[in-house]
Amino acid sequence: MGIELPSLNFGALLPVIIVILTSVMVLIFDLALSDKRPLGWISFVGLMFAGGAGWIQQSMEGFDPAFQNMAITDGYTHFFNLIFVVGAGLSVLVALGYLGKKGLQGGEYYAMLLLATSGMMIMAAGTDLMIIFLGLELMSISLYVLAAINRYSRASLEAGIKYFLLGAFASAFFLYGIALIYGASGSTNLNGIGEGLKAVPKGYEALPLFGLGLLIIGFSFKIAAVPFHWWTPDVYHGAPTSVTAFMSVGAKAAGFAALIRVLTVSFGFDGSMFADNWHVAVATLAVLTMTLGNLTALAQNDVKRMLAYSSIAHAGYVLVGVVTGTEQGISAALFYLMAYAFMNIGAFAVISVLEQQDAIGTNLEEYAGLAGHHRVLAMLMAIFMLSLMGFPMLGGFWGKVYVFLAAIEAGWIVLAIIAVLNSGIAAYYYLRVIVHMYMSPVSDQSHAINLNSAMQVALGLAAFGTILLGVMPARIMDLAASSGLFG
Amino acid sequence: MVEYVWLTIAFPLIGVLINLFFGRLLEDAFSKWFKRSEVTGFIGSVTVVLSFLVSFAIFLQALGIEHFSHQVKLWDWITIGDFHVAISFLVDPLSIIMLLVVTGVGSLIHIYAVGYMDHDEGSARFFTYLNLFVASMLVLVLSDNYAGLYVGWELVGVCSYLLIGFWFFKPSAADAGKKAFIVNRIGDFGFALGIFLIWSTFGTLDYMEVFHEVGASHGEFASVINWVTILLFVGAIGKSAQIPLYVWLPDAMEGPTPVSALIHAATMVTAGVYMIARNNVLFAMAPNVSLVIAFVGAITAFFAATMALVAFDLKRVLAYSTISQLGYMILAVGVGAYAAGIFHLFTHAFFKALLFMAAGSVMHAMKGVIDMRRLGGLKDKMPETYWTFLIGAAALSGFPLITAGFWSKDNILVKAFELQQPNQAFGIILYTIGIITALLTAFYTFRAVFMTFHGEPRDKNLYDHAHENRRVMTLPLWILAIFSIGAGFLGLPSKLGLPNWIEDGWLYSVMAESHEILEHAHHFAHIGFGLEIALLSISAVVALVGIFGAWHVYIRYPQIAVDTARYAGRFYQLVLDKYRVDELYDTWIIEPGKGLADILAKIVDMNFIDKTLVDGSANSVRGLGHIMAILQTGYIRNYVMVIFVGIVVMGVYFFLL
Repeated sequence: MGIELPSLNFGALLPVIIVILTSVMVLIFDLALSDKRPLGWISFVGLMFAGGAGWIQQSMEGFDPAFQNMAITDGYTHFFNLIFVVGAGLSVLVALGYLGKKGLQGGEYYAMLLLATSGMMIMAAGTDLMIIFLGLELMSISLYVLAAINRYSRASLEAGIKYFLLGAFASAFFLYGIALIYGASGSTNLNGIGEGLKAVPKGYEALPLFGLGLLIIGFSFKIAAVPFHWWTPDVYHGAPTSVTAFMSVGAKAAGFAALIRVLTVSFGFDGSMFADNWHVAVATLAVLTMTLGNLTALAQNDVKRMLAYSSIAHAGYVLVGVVTGTEQGISAALFYLMAYAFMNIGAFAVISVLEQQDAIGTNLEEYAGLAGHHRVLAMLMAIFMLSLMGFPMLGGFWGKVYVFLAAIEAGWIVLAIIAVLNSGIAAYYYLRVIVHMYMSPVSDQSHAINLNSAMQVALGLAAFGTILLGVMPARIMDLAASSGLFG
Repeated sequence: MVEYVWLTIAFPLIGVLINLFFGRLLEDAFSKWFKRSEVTGFIGSVTVVLSFLVSFAIFLQALGIEHFSHQVKLWDWITIGDFHVAISFLVDPLSIIMLLVVTGVGSLIHIYAVGYMDHDEGSARFFTYLNLFVASMLVLVLSDNYAGLYVGWELVGVCSYLLIGFWFFKPSAADAGKKAFIVNRIGDFGFALGIFLIWSTFGTLDYMEVFHEVGASHGEFASVINWVTILLFVGAIGKSAQIPLYVWLPDAMEGPTPVSALIHAATMVTAGVYMIARNNVLFAMAPNVSLVIAFVGAITAFFAATMALVAFDLKRVLAYSTISQLGYMILAVGVGAYAAGIFHLFTHAFFKALLFMAAGSVMHAMKGVIDMRRLGGLKDKMPETYWTFLIGAAALSGFPLITAGFWSKDNILVKAFELQQPNQAFGIILYTIGIITALLTAFYTFRAVFMTFHGEPRDKNLYDHAHENRRVMTLPLWILAIFSIGAGFLGLPSKLGLPNWIEDGWLYSVMAESHEILEHAHHFAHIGFGLEIALLSISAVVALVGIFGAWHVYIRYPQIAVDTARYAGRFYQLVLDKYRVDELYDTWIIEPGKGLADILAKIVDMNFIDKTLVDGSANSVRGLGHIMAILQTGYIRNYVMVIFVGIVVMGVYFFLL
């Protein structure tokens, strides 16, 4: 009697597998090498291979479910994989330039970063709540370690502990939400949940609704949506800057990847009463997130902390795209995340160049007159700030245009107005950086600036991506629109 | 080859990037062997020459192919709902001829500038701007849609601002830069409105689609087309320096001379003429607007020529002559002779670049002095500059038969003479203004020649200092001189049985549709062989009389000029003061505007808007921010508390609502 092995379809998860294998390779080479820098380049090459594998998958027809409908590689997965590869690849380059200065160069850093990346990819590909949870934990635990990786710094350790405690808290809610939904629908598979919920009789929706609420809360932690954002400023500020850059882009995108898929596939079916509920819940989150993020960012004098709040605000803008639930809105959110990956990592990269010791060199005062003694660095920072602000002809501008336009077309006029007002407020703190760099006299605290080649490549790529998305947004938008989530 | 047309823009842009980021570094690195301007100028020149070579290859490919027209699409630029803009180029005979002018004359100007800027520390910045100027102009002429046209239109405006104000430490240069930019903005405003109107009427910004819709219509767009053409022409008034917005061009002399050559000959001012020729279908369907355009052009031509008669600054004489010649081109496109307008643009590019660069050569040799009252007798000191300037001057004057200016100007005058819609009288009036202007042109041009190069040196010190310039500066002059003569033979009068290659061959397909419209409306009377010969002879005589007159007044009896000036008294002073148009604008527009701005700024803005609205909202928002920041205590127990509240609120919402 032969046992028939289920078809697993490893090929569908090729990018994830490549990333995991690379992290194993990094750990092995870590034993042999005394100079740790090649490990970073190995990681970078591995990520490029993963990106290439995604590219090949994309050119092939059809979307393959894998591991018995546990995961799928559709256009949506590809697009997010692209974001993760961009985010992780740039972060590796930033780390190569930054860790040496801090005496943190080591194999575990890159291995953890790659594992986190694989977790993100799994979240984006997962079509089962258990797989999504698995990816979420793989990502989160790696990030806890990364946040605390500077064991000589109290701030870094504090960041790690805070992230871990609050993250554990969030995971508990998330799991509880899965349990409730399983109880109501009889499935953890996203399509299965949708089918199961259709059969829920009227008057008995409270159970799955509460489950949905808990799921949204769980994701809200990861994307740093208000009021579940509290860890963000403390962790982003305390963690090494290269880690912050990676977290702010990768973890956020991964959270959105899973959130959007769950909301649209399981709870977004036609005639679903759940749809109305989550639209309102997410819209509330979006308003709170944008407004609180931007207002608090105004009050910051530390650039790193300011960018932490700004990243909260940006999550709010992306949520505006998610609220619509339309193909246009979701594509806009995807585009936004791609633009955000380039401009935000670029901004953090500049910060990491200027940062000296713990929390020294990140104060706004110390950016005074930067344009005077480092013209190129100041110009790059200006590009990233302008893009984050939504200045025309840069990636961030089109992200906002597409998101706001989608909200208007889906009838969320008030939401769009709030979003526009918010981006007006945000201009103040982004421009403040530029004003300090270009219009203030050189600060006497300015330090020597050392730009190594990895950092130069990182900055160059980030600026290139930011400008490219600004000059030819229609291409990326096509890619995002053909992501296949709407069949 | 045509699919590589984007290279023509890419090369100068590469030059921009290199000179912008590494210009100073490279100059320092090679400073042992080369002058500063030679390093960055080499990069700037090579990129434009490469661009020219690509253009020329495209030209060769298009040669002999009927209806050569390709749209080369690079990528979709903006897609928002129904609004599509592509980065896409239209390569047809019209854009190819503009390509050749911009990159060809542009190359020579770049090479010349290597020598001209050799005393200037800012050469890296200069060549960055210069390359950007060329790239912008190419965007303008190559785009296949109005959005791209507008982008190029604005970019050349920015570049002119940067280059005219290149010596920004001189207040006059900074002011001239601002003036050019602001005056252009006024025209651009109308231009933008015109484009908006096109978009809202036709739902597309693609030339071909718009022309197609217009062509297929049966008069239902008539009033829209009138408005569109008026608004587009307002843009051309600003960019091509027509009355009343010509005032920026004479002041544009404040920039380095190669910039003047570039603005006046190859780029910028030709944009308006090109734009009307490109939209010939629209303008042909708006005969009344076209008539207004023709008169604006003719009056501008005459008006500017009178100012050139009395100016003493050599470069200013040339600047007024540019305005005057642009008037001819606008006159041409106004009467519906689009090909004639482009032909004059083509020949004018050569001889005007030549004249400016020769004047710059004088200026370079004379320590920056350009006032003709201090020059004189330079022909033996600077023979190459003299001969090339003379050739350029002959072309500008329309010296019969052997110069390009004669043929292209005569072409326009004949077309004006032939105009018979709505009334033959208009054609005669336009022709008369044109021919009188031609007389003035010949006179003032040779006045400049005689005052600068002939007679006795008026300033002995300067004269002794003078010397011929380096080869890098004189060689471009000779090349341009050859074209100032030869280019005319591309457009000989076809009525005499001579080949008019440019009108009947090269540009025919671009203008075919408007040609048909005009034929159908009996727009032109077709004059015969005899009348054509007569008109040609009048042109020739007028040019010769003008030249002779200048010789008579400034060489033979110099006292005449002085006497006339004294005799004309106040009128002479009025013309010398440029009809006090600048002062008029100053009194009636700028000062009241400033007054209004003062009132608004000091009373409305500072007290109300700034203090109450802006500061008030900003302070309250920042106050809120500080309050929010207090919530971030750093204690996990507080965070968990707030999160718990959030969960309870969400639970209540889901359960109770």
